[in-house]
Amino acid sequence: MIPAKFDYVRPSSVDEAVAALRDAGEDAKILAGGQSLLPVLRLRLAAPSVIIDLGGIADLRRIAEDGDRIAIGAMAPHHDVMRDDLVKQHVSLLSQATATVADPQVRHRGTLGGALAHADPAGDLGAVALALDAEFVIAGASGTRTVPASEFFVDYFTTAIGEGEILTQVRFPKYTGWATHYEKFNRTAQAWSMCAVAVALRIDGGSIAEARVGLTNMGTTPIRASGVEAALVGQQANEDSARAAAEHATEGTAAPSDADAASDYREHLARVLTGRAVLAAAG
Amino acid sequence: MTTTAEPTTELGKARTRKEDARLITGRTRYTDAITPHGTLHMFVVRSPIAHATITSVDKSAAEAAPGVLGVFTAADLGVEAVGLPCAWPITPDMKSPQRPLLATGTVHFAGEGVAVVVARTPAEARDAADLVEIDYDPLEPVLDMEAALADGATLVHPDLGTNENATWVFDSGAAGTGGSVDEAIAAAEADPDSIVLKRRFRQQRLIPAFMEPRSCVVDPTGEQITVWAATQVPHILRTMTTVTLGVPEAKLRVIAPDVGGGFGGKIGVLPEEMLCVALAQRLNKPVKWTETRSESLLAAHHGRDQIQDITITAKKDGTVTGLDVHLLADMGAYLGLVGPGVPILGAFMFNAIYKFPALKFTCTNVFTTKTLTDAYRGAGRPEATFAIERIMDELAVELGRDPMDLRKQNWIAHEEFPFTTVVGLTYDTGNYEQATEQAMATFDYAGLRREQEERRARGDKVQLGIGISTFTEMCGLAPSRVLGSLAYGAGGWEAASIRMLATGKVEVVTGSSAHGQGHETAFSQIVADQLGVPFEDVEILHGDTQISPKGLDTYGSRSLAVGGIAIVKAADKVIAKAKKLAAHLLEASEDDIEFNAGQFTVRGTDKGKAIQELAFAAFMAHDYPEDMEPSLDAEAVYDPENFSFPHGTHLAAMEVDTETGKVALRRYVCVDDIGNVVNPLIAEGQVHGGLAQGIAQALFEEANYDDQGTLVNGTFVDYTLPSAADLPSFESSTVSTPSTSNPLGVKGVGEAGTIASTPAIVNGVIDALRHLGVTEVEMPTTSQRVWRAIQEAQGRSTQETPVDTHSPGAGLGSIDPNNPQGEVQ
Repeated sequence: MIPAKFDYVRPSSVDEAVAALRDAGEDAKILAGGQSLLPVLRLRLAAPSVIIDLGGIADLRRIAEDGDRIAIGAMAPHHDVMRDDLVKQHVSLLSQATATVADPQVRHRGTLGGALAHADPAGDLGAVALALDAEFVIAGASGTRTVPASEFFVDYFTTAIGEGEILTQVRFPKYTGWATHYEKFNRTAQAWSMCAVAVALRIDGGSIAEARVGLTNMGTTPIRASGVEAALVGQQANEDSARAAAEHATEGTAAPSDADAASDYREHLARVLTGRAVLAAAG
Repeated sequence: MTTTAEPTTELGKARTRKEDARLITGRTRYTDAITPHGTLHMFVVRSPIAHATITSVDKSAAEAAPGVLGVFTAADLGVEAVGLPCAWPITPDMKSPQRPLLATGTVHFAGEGVAVVVARTPAEARDAADLVEIDYDPLEPVLDMEAALADGATLVHPDLGTNENATWVFDSGAAGTGGSVDEAIAAAEADPDSIVLKRRFRQQRLIPAFMEPRSCVVDPTGEQITVWAATQVPHILRTMTTVTLGVPEAKLRVIAPDVGGGFGGKIGVLPEEMLCVALAQRLNKPVKWTETRSESLLAAHHGRDQIQDITITAKKDGTVTGLDVHLLADMGAYLGLVGPGVPILGAFMFNAIYKFPALKFTCTNVFTTKTLTDAYRGAGRPEATFAIERIMDELAVELGRDPMDLRKQNWIAHEEFPFTTVVGLTYDTGNYEQATEQAMATFDYAGLRREQEERRARGDKVQLGIGISTFTEMCGLAPSRVLGSLAYGAGGWEAASIRMLATGKVEVVTGSSAHGQGHETAFSQIVADQLGVPFEDVEILHGDTQISPKGLDTYGSRSLAVGGIAIVKAADKVIAKAKKLAAHLLEASEDDIEFNAGQFTVRGTDKGKAIQELAFAAFMAHDYPEDMEPSLDAEAVYDPENFSFPHGTHLAAMEVDTETGKVALRRYVCVDDIGNVVNPLIAEGQVHGGLAQGIAQALFEEANYDDQGTLVNGTFVDYTLPSAADLPSFESSTVSTPSTSNPLGVKGVGEAGTIASTPAIVNGVIDALRHLGVTEVEMPTTSQRVWRAIQEAQGRSTQETPVDTHSPGAGLGSIDPNNPQGEVQ
């Protein structure tokens, strides 16, 4: 498995990376952890002329508290994200979902920013970022801009990151004390999600005060299950309310059909998994 | 494993494998790591289309690419008339197409080579391959076996006039080994106290998925052409290279260095190997080929792929009276080395451990425009075991019987051995009662049945199923006369020789070359016991036709039961020579010499010589008997008298989530009777690996083709092999009823786990769902298939599943390697 020829650039700062990207033009690809890009190159499904490796930019691996946000560098490996104390304390849903990504080898190489920028609808982290209203910091020739998660995921493998731009940071609001769970369903332990549900609940006095629910692999982008959220708010967290809310799980989805799951089965899974995720989050 | 006191002999000692240090540290050289000076690299340009006429091949751009020495079609190499061998013409009128080195005129499966590029580096060869322009005029693919046999079907090989390769029949009535199945069925139909039960089972197509890709290096610069190959069969490869290309056998040296797995997938003689020989001869330089993983999954032979129509007849008291087996077996586009015979190996195993009075086996092999099929771990026997163990469960349900009780009623009782079966095989030994009792006790069969009842009663969303497989297999391929009766193109013997070195060390040469099994350790243990020398003093040499000139290689669980016995026979000869020399040196009669633990002593005295002293004396040759040559070395060729028949009882506790259809293997208990065990650690490893592969057929693996004949899950991206995380810790143990057909009492273990486990898993899945009305779930029993089966049984309709699409959710996520448009900007 030999990729086609390409030039390799390893900048040491975001500015250098942006400059390299500008120099390389539209035929460049950014290498983060490489867990999706390398197989694509080896199978020759892509043949970029330049690979810009962000691995030399130490700043992009940092995870830090920034006021009411947890700011995670785009190059933070999954392994670091899932074990980080700040993430566990304030964004536990992200920690839980990240722990289900692939296997330990992939989690040591793959990165949060790489996964989100790749925007595979079967990827686990998009639904979490969407449900939690994360913000995406994107650097370009004219400086940085911040894009909310609701605008970041555009289509199948397509995000708001423009030509000549690089995702540098993902900022999560704090959900300290929220009850969270990521319910994943896959064919084998290391496989991508056939369907998964990310749930975060703020439970106040036994009833659900706020609910955030995201769906994985139920459309060409991650999907916010607003109908489920609305149905949960004000309810006691129990089997009946979870089941009733789960009936709304397929609203606004466009479930794909494939060999593992035709759309009717995938829709059924979304409902079952939503109910289970709510109950698991509520403990 | 049951732990027992460490044995005093090497036999039975759980030694860690002495070859592992070099294998698992990567210190050894696999074929791809062997690069003689000046090596050129070959890349194969393969057809992306299953069935098409080649209208043009434009090599000009590729020929002009950097580093390229040449681009060659079959015509360019003058090999258009060359056909790869099939060694198993199962019937005299078998239809056998030419299997070319490169397609000429027509391609017959997606992945077939059309041209090769030779360049100075692998990367240059790979890059240039993209520049070879081949135009195809597509023909209708032939994908469905039943449609392929229908009148008017598109023919894979029009010159054969049919898509039927051969139909092979065994009828116990005609053979005189049992009664007539037709009569048994007629009698059962007419008898109100009997039943006739028919079921159709499907053996999906599987990919052997060995770890080391196939690879070969051919160096033509010496007096002999040296071929290094990642192969299970260096000796067969040498002979078949002569048969295929006409290179004199004595001018060929074939070396199988350390080989990283095979599972039957490396028993072939490959077009790529022959192309490397032809190119090396033409270019007078070493030529190397190593396939990519994608090529391996696409173009290396596949396994299984059968439709099984099974009819069983029985008295309502449970006594089985007849078994009628009709198979369709997909050969793919061409015949592999032993491909047509693989389903036939199952013919003798459908009766399994049961006393059927009548059995008929009819197998029709079919050509399709898919990758060819050939041996895959178990080869014929897993298919047979699946069918019989599944239908015994179905019969138990029909008769309202516990499935284990029904098996007990029909199996061969321990005291009935040796037992000649309805197909004429003589099972030398067996004790199904012992293995079953131990397995049932470990499993707590009664307790799990109670839990199953409770879960059913309370309508638990997770239902429990218990899967049983009481399997047997025939190991130790094979008595040569049996192979002769089946028209197989070789014998089944194995060769060994032992060299007693001057310093007392021992070199053992075996024709059975390992590809991961641990032969060096196990064979050393045998020799250490036989000759009474330290384990560490024994070196096992294999896999190079200059070192090991004679052999029939490794497959069919034959290494120990045939290759190991050849070593014992050679050791017997060494001992006989040493005894003669000892008698001479000790001035005693040979009759008075006793041999024990490496010491030759004069009976009743303390006079003696160690075998190492005798080896040195033979080397010095200063004083030895006149009627003897000054050497203790010996060789032997062992042709087994009979197969060996390992058996075991495997029990699976399956949990099925009825809401999602997800199947989980909760516990797996197996007790295998593999006779005497040379090395329990190696045996357990073989059982565990075999279980993973058999369970994977039941739960995970399937090679899917789309309606154009394209393999849609041809990468590890989406051909879902399980990992350790998908499987529980197996509870495996062994009991021993030694084989009486060989002097070590061994049977064979390489395929046991694979053969036994598949039906245990599927029986368990269906047992969990039977009360919901589910009677069959095709393999692999994915969550979606299970969910749909439940919906259908409950009278709810569901939509069709597009089985021929790529599966997002696998390793590449939603990227479809076959349809990459859109997502890779």
